[in-house]
Amino acid sequence: MILVTLIAILFVGGLVAWFSERISPTMPRLVALIAVTLDLLLMFSLLGAGDAGGWVATFEADWIPRFGISFYFAADGLSVLLLMLTAFLGIIAIGAAWGEITERSGFFYFNLLWTLAGVLGVFTALDLFLFFFFWEVMLIPMYLIIAIWGHENKHYAAMKFFIFTQVTGMLMLISILVLAYFHYVQKGSLSFNYHDLLNVSTAGSMGMWVMLGFFLSFATKLPSVPFHSWLPDAHSQAPTAGSVILAGILLKTGAYGLIRFTVPLFPEASMAFAPYAMALAAISILYCAKVAFAQTDIKRLIAYTSVSHMGFVTLGIYAWNEQALQGAIMTMLAHGLSAAALFMLAGGLQHRIHTRDMSEMGGFWPKVPRMTAVAIFFSVAALGMPGLGNFIGEFLALIGAFQANITMTVLAAFGLILASVYSLWVLQKVFQGEYRNADFDDSHLTDLSRREMIYFALMMVGLIWMGMYPQSFLNMSEPALTQLLTSTQGVAVAVLQGAL
Amino acid sequence: MLELIWLLPTFPLLGFLALVLTGGTLPKQIAGPIGAGSIGLSFAVAALIAMEFVGSGEDYFVYEAWTWMSVGNFSPGVTFYLDGLSTVMMLVITGVGFLIHLYATGYMADDPSFARFFSYMNLFVAAMLMLVLGDNLVLLYLGWEGVGLCSYLLIGFWYTNPANGYAARKAFVVTRVGDTSMAIGLFLLFAQLGTLNIQDLMHAAEGEWEIGSGYAVAAALLLLGGAVGKSAQLPLQTWLPDAMAGPTPISALIHAATMVTAGVYLIARTHILFELAPSVQLLVAWIGLATLLISGFTAMTQSDIKRVLAYSTVSQIGYMFLGLGVGAWSASVFHLMTHAFFKALLFLASGTVILSLHHEQNIFKMGALRKALPVSFASFLIGSLALTAFPFTSGYFSKDEILLGALAVEGVGTWLWLGGVIGAFFTGIYTFRLFFIVFFGESNVEHHVDREVGGWHMNGPLIILMILALVGGFIHVPVEAVFSHGEAHDEHHVSGLIHGIMIAVPLIGIGISYLFFMSKTFSVEKLMSSGLAQSLHKFWLGGWGFDTLYNALIVAPFLFLARINRKDLVDSFYALIVTLSQAANGMIVKTQTGSLRWYALTLVGGLVIIVTLGVLL
Amino acid sequence: METIPVEHGLILAGILFCLGLIGVLTRRNIVFVLMSLEVMLNASGLAFIVAATRWGHAEGQVMFLMILTLAAAEVAVGLGLIIQMFRRYQTVDISVLSEMKG
Repeated sequence: MILVTLIAILFVGGLVAWFSERISPTMPRLVALIAVTLDLLLMFSLLGAGDAGGWVATFEADWIPRFGISFYFAADGLSVLLLMLTAFLGIIAIGAAWGEITERSGFFYFNLLWTLAGVLGVFTALDLFLFFFFWEVMLIPMYLIIAIWGHENKHYAAMKFFIFTQVTGMLMLISILVLAYFHYVQKGSLSFNYHDLLNVSTAGSMGMWVMLGFFLSFATKLPSVPFHSWLPDAHSQAPTAGSVILAGILLKTGAYGLIRFTVPLFPEASMAFAPYAMALAAISILYCAKVAFAQTDIKRLIAYTSVSHMGFVTLGIYAWNEQALQGAIMTMLAHGLSAAALFMLAGGLQHRIHTRDMSEMGGFWPKVPRMTAVAIFFSVAALGMPGLGNFIGEFLALIGAFQANITMTVLAAFGLILASVYSLWVLQKVFQGEYRNADFDDSHLTDLSRREMIYFALMMVGLIWMGMYPQSFLNMSEPALTQLLTSTQGVAVAVLQGAL
Repeated sequence: MLELIWLLPTFPLLGFLALVLTGGTLPKQIAGPIGAGSIGLSFAVAALIAMEFVGSGEDYFVYEAWTWMSVGNFSPGVTFYLDGLSTVMMLVITGVGFLIHLYATGYMADDPSFARFFSYMNLFVAAMLMLVLGDNLVLLYLGWEGVGLCSYLLIGFWYTNPANGYAARKAFVVTRVGDTSMAIGLFLLFAQLGTLNIQDLMHAAEGEWEIGSGYAVAAALLLLGGAVGKSAQLPLQTWLPDAMAGPTPISALIHAATMVTAGVYLIARTHILFELAPSVQLLVAWIGLATLLISGFTAMTQSDIKRVLAYSTVSQIGYMFLGLGVGAWSASVFHLMTHAFFKALLFLASGTVILSLHHEQNIFKMGALRKALPVSFASFLIGSLALTAFPFTSGYFSKDEILLGALAVEGVGTWLWLGGVIGAFFTGIYTFRLFFIVFFGESNVEHHVDREVGGWHMNGPLIILMILALVGGFIHVPVEAVFSHGEAHDEHHVSGLIHGIMIAVPLIGIGISYLFFMSKTFSVEKLMSSGLAQSLHKFWLGGWGFDTLYNALIVAPFLFLARINRKDLVDSFYALIVTLSQAANGMIVKTQTGSLRWYALTLVGGLVIIVTLGVLL
Repeated sequence: METIPVEHGLILAGILFCLGLIGVLTRRNIVFVLMSLEVMLNASGLAFIVAATRWGHAEGQVMFLMILTLAAAEVAVGLGLIIQMFRRYQTVDISVLSEMKG
């Protein structure tokens, strides 16, 4: 019941925020903040050991029983971690929007909350039809956020985002239907229930095609090369809060989908596909790091680095062993914070000087020392400095992946070098060097306010916590991962024996 | 007392936090004592721990603070491991580190970013202590990257000059290349041996791998990659001379005494692995030899006082690598320690010179400074003597041991020894070239020297380091237990002739330097008149063209690729889809004429086609 | 009784249909277009009757009655539109009504 409550709070909160604009234009953000904070507080009740399967909370009710569709929500440690990340970054995003969104604020916070509600649904729905429903719910408000509150080229970016996600979403829908049909053929009834579908045999070439439908959808969301090109546009055009949600949370739904659905539902096909997926991951890491370095638009640059970092997640997932999976999850969490922070910094800069073009910036350090310190912290976190969360994630992912595929892991490890190249380049370009302000009005170039510092401090603490005592997070996802690994173990053994 | 080992990195870390959380706004009177004092406290604790540890006669001591992460069988802890080797390292880091911090409170006194400077310095010491105290390779890697970060921040400390930023980035990225190799090495070790705890790892490697086995060679090579990056050895040595862009105390602390010797520490720490891979171990020796010769030549041509010292650092670390490569483990660690003393002394003294001359670094704009700068003169004299291994200075004992170790190697040992001796000859030349040009001869000073910059917190450390550089050779390095089974040539008998050569060669170098730069018996100009000499000089001055090579091979292609693909090739595929559908739209839209008769005609035409097809098929 | 062969009737219907079609395609005056349409409708009606006579079925006659009603309704609506068009554009030239082009 708690899971439904969490989602309902956001749906209702969104409606209330919309209508509260009539009372006062600052009301919606307050309503939104209260709704998300309430959610975050409620989530603390989900901490704790679950049942034998690792599930800490479940909810089930009929929806369309004829077709085996039901309102089936369940959360295990993995879901709870991501739920908390969502609520946390939701608060951060509201903070980012606090002063930035002045037009139609009611509708903005409505969209924001509904996106978050969709994400919560995605992270908890275990009925595939319901999952698809929430997958769409999080898409459309996000489209509106970009299309209405975006920057100069917002319609193009929003449309691109929408088409990419929608087309691949349709592929996933087809895959879901075929999977349900598999169930009908094998068990005599339609079912969209995750646990039922786990028992469906999906070996064979048809299984591979259906798996690819899922993979394409999730790889586009993740995103992975070559399906990544919507991301730089969406990020550079979205308002800061939109970028925070996109980079921090929406990308993680793709990774979650891979972990929860693609691999467990199609173990044979995934095993066969793993080398290709890992190759795509390595290409993503290297290629996007290189492209990131070439960008002059600071938000595009960060967007490409996001693709690069998510490559480690893909790599970890398809290595499919405990270290690699934990690494993938830690990378998701840590990247959620660091990317969100970097986008907030970029957004803050854009808000102050009305440009994102790095070639017009330089030497901001003396003007904005606090912002510089924050930027150094998060850049360094992003390039994988040990002691911060990103390192734990990437190191675990690589050390696990090395046991599965040495070549791809070594290639991916070169991403560590490229990460330092582009991260330090940004610092140099924006904050170091001689101060220059020839091309813009710098009267608003002020240091971070106390309110902004609070958000950044929260994220810093989070990253240091993840980096120095990751055990609190690892312990939560461990039962869930054990469950997933044991469920596919038989297949792994069979595949290995077949290979022998 | 030993349990207090966790305090060692904690003090500098607290210092760092105190300086950073106040936003670098603390006044010098508070920031200085916090910055230097935290290291002083660490040193005090380190000294007490070392006394108790050496007195106890134990081989090692382990203290686990907490389990860092535990995933399956991978569970590195935040665990400190104390043995003879880490004792030496922690004493050098905190001891020399404290002296340099103290010196820096004077050196940096006029800098507006005083507190920021000390925050980085403290973070550096904390990271360096983690590096040497970590009991597993992951924690070592944490320190390893941490010192790299601090090095980056400190090289680029004066950030307004883009050249400093470039040097800082170069240092970080080049060492990161090595770091990545090392990280891959860690993956390999874990995948094969199932642990990253150093001691367990060494036992497992000994148990499971035969000498010369492929895994051992691969793992040792990958770790060596990390070591050459951090210690600025061939082929990753190019960053260190540029790193001199940072303030001089940084050059003393990070780029001479501590961080750049981390590679030596790493190899010494994992020496069992290198013994399992004799080919790689020999490679270490050859790398060391090649580096010490190349940078020795380069040092002779430099005109920047700090670059001369930088190349000499590279060269001296080359000696340490040579020692490691020939299995003279404790000699290398010994040289690491003495080098920390005399090179820190030289750098700090050069700092005093530079500051007294209003930030002049070109040695040809100095000269005849021995009267004006007596403390620097004395420091340079002692430091240079130790560097050239003048008998009974600290450098003499350690370099002697390394060269003897080289000689003891069967086969190529003589060549390695000979190379080392030639290197010592050139060390004599370039060291005293610097010394004579700066302190003797005619004065070419452009700005008037008012007085020698000093004060007790700058001169005190110099004096202590002078003493250490002189008598440091008599300090006993307690590392027997660490390298217990690796060294066979302790009682190796060598003839008096060999000893004579090793004493005489550096002296000859000094003598030649005297003839060229002091008495002017020989003229540099005459030597340089030939075309060959000039091109050779140019080649050496540029560091043997490594920078040019790497620029052409790696940097330029990368920049080229980045430039041509700024728009992201993949996106053009999707743009193509858009263009195609727009083109198709453009074509089809033309048929929408709005004319009724045209529609009717196409209707009929379509019907006719369908009917025809239906009839025909 | 001498019967007209069914082919003759069908050929006549085809010729009428083609004449009507050509009229629809070539005429610019919308009144003539409408008339040509009538011709085409009647041609198809004729084809129904011929076919119905040949097979002795009543459905063809019924279809023709339906076509008649349809044509009447069509003419009523069509003429109404033509009057509207003439009021708006002061012309009965169909080619001026090409505003809905892409």
